[in-house]
Amino acid sequence: MIVNEICTVVSQKEIAANIFELILEGNITEQMNQPGQFVHVKVSGGIDPLLRRPLSIADIDKKASRFTLIYRKQGRGTAILAGKRPGDEVDILGPLGNGFPLSAVNSGETALLVGGGIGVPPLHELSKRLRAQGTKVIHVLGFQSKDAVFYEEAFKKFGETYIATDDGSYGEKGFVTDVIEKRGLQFDCLFSCGPVPMLRALKNRYGTKHKIYLSLEERMACGLGACFACVCRTSEEPGSSSYKKICSDGPVFSAEEVLL
Amino acid sequence: MNRLSVELPGLKLKNPVMPASGCFGFGREFSRLYDLNVLGAIVIKATTVEPRFGNPTPRVAETPGGMLNAIGLQNPGLEKVMEEELPWLEQFDVPIIANIAGSTEEDYVEVARVISTAKNVHALELNISCPNVKTGGIAFGTIPEVAKSLTKKVKEVSSVPVYVKLSPNVTNIVEIAKAVEEGGADGLTMINTLLGMRIDLQTAKPVLANKTGGLSGPAIKPVALRMIYEVSQNVRLPIIGMGGIQSAEDVIEFFYAGASAVAVGTANFIDPFVCPKIIAELPEVMDRLGIGHISECTGRSWKNDGRPAYHCP
Repeated sequence: MIVNEICTVVSQKEIAANIFELILEGNITEQMNQPGQFVHVKVSGGIDPLLRRPLSIADIDKKASRFTLIYRKQGRGTAILAGKRPGDEVDILGPLGNGFPLSAVNSGETALLVGGGIGVPPLHELSKRLRAQGTKVIHVLGFQSKDAVFYEEAFKKFGETYIATDDGSYGEKGFVTDVIEKRGLQFDCLFSCGPVPMLRALKNRYGTKHKIYLSLEERMACGLGACFACVCRTSEEPGSSSYKKICSDGPVFSAEEVLL
Repeated sequence: MNRLSVELPGLKLKNPVMPASGCFGFGREFSRLYDLNVLGAIVIKATTVEPRFGNPTPRVAETPGGMLNAIGLQNPGLEKVMEEELPWLEQFDVPIIANIAGSTEEDYVEVARVISTAKNVHALELNISCPNVKTGGIAFGTIPEVAKSLTKKVKEVSSVPVYVKLSPNVTNIVEIAKAVEEGGADGLTMINTLLGMRIDLQTAKPVLANKTGGLSGPAIKPVALRMIYEVSQNVRLPIIGMGGIQSAEDVIEFFYAGASAVAVGTANFIDPFVCPKIIAELPEVMDRLGIGHISECTGRSWKNDGRPAYHCP
């Protein structure tokens, strides 16, 4: 069920350059069941900034009624959010969207989780849940440079973890796809979240032989499926009006469902 | 006595608050959040003859106190709206106002003819003010003669009253309002969005793929109030007012300007529960302001000579 709740800040930490980990507490956690869902965050009470910010859920701790958001401080809205301190309140709407299907991969099988930059966070809760059901997980995480890397240790707890950086300042130099090839990583199912060129490369390279689930991103307004701001095409036919809404049909899609 | 009930051509509303077209889809998403029966009416998303995908993304951009959108009239098309969306909405005891759009006069006439026969459609909202499509939309709403002609043709085929949605992107909105009144309009809805733009500092290009978009939200409220104030004194048509409404106080302000009902748009995106909240808060705000019935408020800002507003016989 989608609820609107004023949650309380438990902690706020800058975990990489301009990347913040925000832990919030609230009953809304009870509604969070799927990895890969997001919440819609109102960063201030007034009319400026006006809209909510969609942020993916990086960790769900039902026992403590806490959840974690990891976001990049990029514009005015996220700068205001980054200023929140323990005890402050944040207006949360959610959970929204459809997450990664855990049933796409069985216990004993191997899932490859590929994240790019600020697309890495939702894969954390996903990895935790896959491990809990006995699925083997391998992570390949791409970042721009060493100072942008986060959560390496957290992912290592769940399984093999490879880091790639664009400039080679940490881990392996190159794209996530280079790492997958070079290491000859074998897997039954691929889950990914990150920039569209990365998702496209993964779909093109592995889409014919593997099950792939991709989490997409787009500028949103309502986050509920009512405003039609965040649509993507699903057919290459000229003049076709077929589409999916990223907020409510997604944000996670099987790769063959959507055009990238 | 229901202090909130209002009567407009074709519409007996239990309260004067309705979600605005394009901000509520066809109601399905919000029906999961609250009982839609609390709403005065629902204005459904613009419907065209054929299904439309709309514009490329990004389709929205934020502005101080507002937002730009350039959705481009995405909708499933007349047939699907008639066969799926409107029948689904029949489960609610809420009158539907169908927003209709098109590229040509013939398109509008066709949608009006068909959609006005739906059981729960009590009125049409003629969309001659969408700023985000290349043909049709606003092209019909900026030249008085064109707006009048289209209104007349739609009136001829519609089985229900026709409200014309006015664009603020004109030099003289009163002139357009008078023209559609002459064309036979039963009411007005105003205002649609204001044409605007934002530019990305990194790329130096417009943020929206469509380059321009329609500005909505609290930022446009003063413009909407001024226009309703002017128009309501110069036509004898009831006005459904909209433009940045966020609270019960805003509703009263729109009534004072000259509105007889209101629509809430962008605020639904920020607080999906905003419509029921406003409806619940209205009586309290009316108490505070010494208002007996909501309809007393219409046009109070300019009614100082005892001249009756539209709704007073």
